[in-house]
Amino acid sequence: MTPEEITRRRFLEKLCVGLSAVCAAILGIPLIGFVVAPIFRKTTGKWISVGNITDYEVGKTVSVTITDPSSLPWAGITAKNALWLRRVTDAEFMAFSVNCTHLGCPVRWLQDAGLFMCPCHGGVYYSDGTVAAGPPPKPLIRYDVRTANGQVQIKTMAIPITTTTTL
Amino acid sequence: MRRFLAGTWRWLDDRLGIFALMGPSLKHLVPHDARWWYVFGSATMLAFIVQVVTGVALAFSYTSSSSQAYETLEWITNEAPFGSFLRGLHYFGASAMVLMVGAHMAQTFLFGSYKFPREMNWTTGVLLLGFTLVMGFTGQLLRWDQTAAWSVVVAAEQAGRVPLIGNFLAQFVLGGTTIGGATLSRFFAIHVFIMPALMFMFIGIHLMLVLRHGIAEPPTAGKEVDPKTYRQEYEQLMRKTGHPFWPDGAWRDFVFGTGLIVVIALLAYFVGPPVLDKPPDPSILHADPRPDWYLLWYFALLALIPPQLEAYVMIVAPVVIGILLLAAPILNNRGERAPSRRPWSIAVVLLSVIMIGSLWIAGANSPWSPNFDPPPLTEKVIGATNGPVFEGARVFQTKGCLNCHLISGDGGRRGPDLTYIGDTLSGSDIIIRIVNGGVNMPAYGNSIKPEELTQLTAFLQSRKRPMPAGLKTTRR
Repeated sequence: MTPEEITRRRFLEKLCVGLSAVCAAILGIPLIGFVVAPIFRKTTGKWISVGNITDYEVGKTVSVTITDPSSLPWAGITAKNALWLRRVTDAEFMAFSVNCTHLGCPVRWLQDAGLFMCPCHGGVYYSDGTVAAGPPPKPLIRYDVRTANGQVQIKTMAIPITTTTTL
Repeated sequence: MRRFLAGTWRWLDDRLGIFALMGPSLKHLVPHDARWWYVFGSATMLAFIVQVVTGVALAFSYTSSSSQAYETLEWITNEAPFGSFLRGLHYFGASAMVLMVGAHMAQTFLFGSYKFPREMNWTTGVLLLGFTLVMGFTGQLLRWDQTAAWSVVVAAEQAGRVPLIGNFLAQFVLGGTTIGGATLSRFFAIHVFIMPALMFMFIGIHLMLVLRHGIAEPPTAGKEVDPKTYRQEYEQLMRKTGHPFWPDGAWRDFVFGTGLIVVIALLAYFVGPPVLDKPPDPSILHADPRPDWYLLWYFALLALIPPQLEAYVMIVAPVVIGILLLAAPILNNRGERAPSRRPWSIAVVLLSVIMIGSLWIAGANSPWSPNFDPPPLTEKVIGATNGPVFEGARVFQTKGCLNCHLISGDGGRRGPDLTYIGDTLSGSDIIIRIVNGGVNMPAYGNSIKPEELTQLTAFLQSRKRPMPAGLKTTRR
């Protein structure tokens, strides 16, 4: 085998490998982009009305169902969401995410006990959302809430993810 | 007719080369003493085949849409002919696969079969174990009921703990920032296309390696693996005492496999598939999400570890365990194979079984979870029909104490059993605990009225062991 033949064969090998890489890129880049797109899909919170101010009793915490305005058309019932809304005083409202800050399970409100309890790992929160017991690392996440034109409005948000910035 | 069929087969085999391709694999020599301990690998593959077959059948009716999957599963379960049975087969097939892969791995580890020259057999097996668990978890999510939807959130929360990229990973899991239209379809793609493709590929590699290196002979104490001589010794052993896999070795796989299929079918028929929970409506807050049994131990682990160690257990521990498992044959690929000469291998398997078993039992009982629906305390248990003790019992229930504490067998198990608390704590001690709370108990100082506190204390002080009749008389 002459050096010329070797060079030609090496060239052909490299050509095949290179063409394979080009094909992989042509197919792979849009494929990966499509699959990971949700990571980069930014949704901004929108103010939505959750009823009249007078619908809520002072000192009571109730669950409120909302529909995610940014949901995909085929989301069906999964577009629904809930939050805990507390009327603290005549003018003040607090709205809490239902997701336990431990691992995201839905906390339940026990009106007479004045506590939120998590069914998964036993996290407990006081009526203002601060941690009372159990593994949650931080208080219940609060929604922005305001009153306007006699209506209570909350600003929608993503499922709060408890991140770890440092181990 | 028989001659016609034989002739047809010969023609097909001549043109397709089936026997030329498969024959050497079927007839390869295996150790004559590789008996019942060696059936778990083929049983795992059989369970995988059950999953593929039943999964394909279910896919004929299942719709992987967030808005419709639950309805299609209801239809499959309640109306489709054999639908419930098929779901049962798929569920118990998954359970069998997890059990068999665990047994296969334990046997391989105990017999030291991961040592030279079968290091990559082990490594591909570890990856297949991981794929099996991913299939189990994503399969539970495809049930797309309330538990499945909340399990996605729990998975996203755990992904969120990964440093720096946690938020991105969580969004990848959810298919956005909330549960919605994109959530289920991505798990469907992972469960039905990506993971099975990976599993087919790695099962193929795993089997190819089994043929390449042969089935490891049962270990003999004192006979060490020496990479310089092992291959030669193994070939000699096979020539001398080995017998063909088909049918001398394979019959046990067929007998065990048939037993496995029968058990899966009986369970699917008599126990049935897992009951569908409520619909996956995130606004229904009466949810109690639990993983399927094979991940229940991990659910328990997350409840029992100290919160400050959570990030390590969620992120570092799986990575370390994975690396250790993958690296095991590289760290130790020669020497003794017999478990009697490797007592630590028995200890590792036993400890793993005990640890996972204990956590599994804890997960099944989950005493850390409040009891949201405790039966009300009866007058007999309270021991009064009016007065402060009776009123205190009412406070005990309305303030949520009964959700976490047992009284005479009723209530929650999250906190201590208070059936006889009056014997151990004084009235002032009880008041201090209620007002200030404790390590794992809320403080009620801001939410309980003085009158309620007095009544509650009276009730708790009255929780004492009944005095034996004779002792009562003596005291008098």
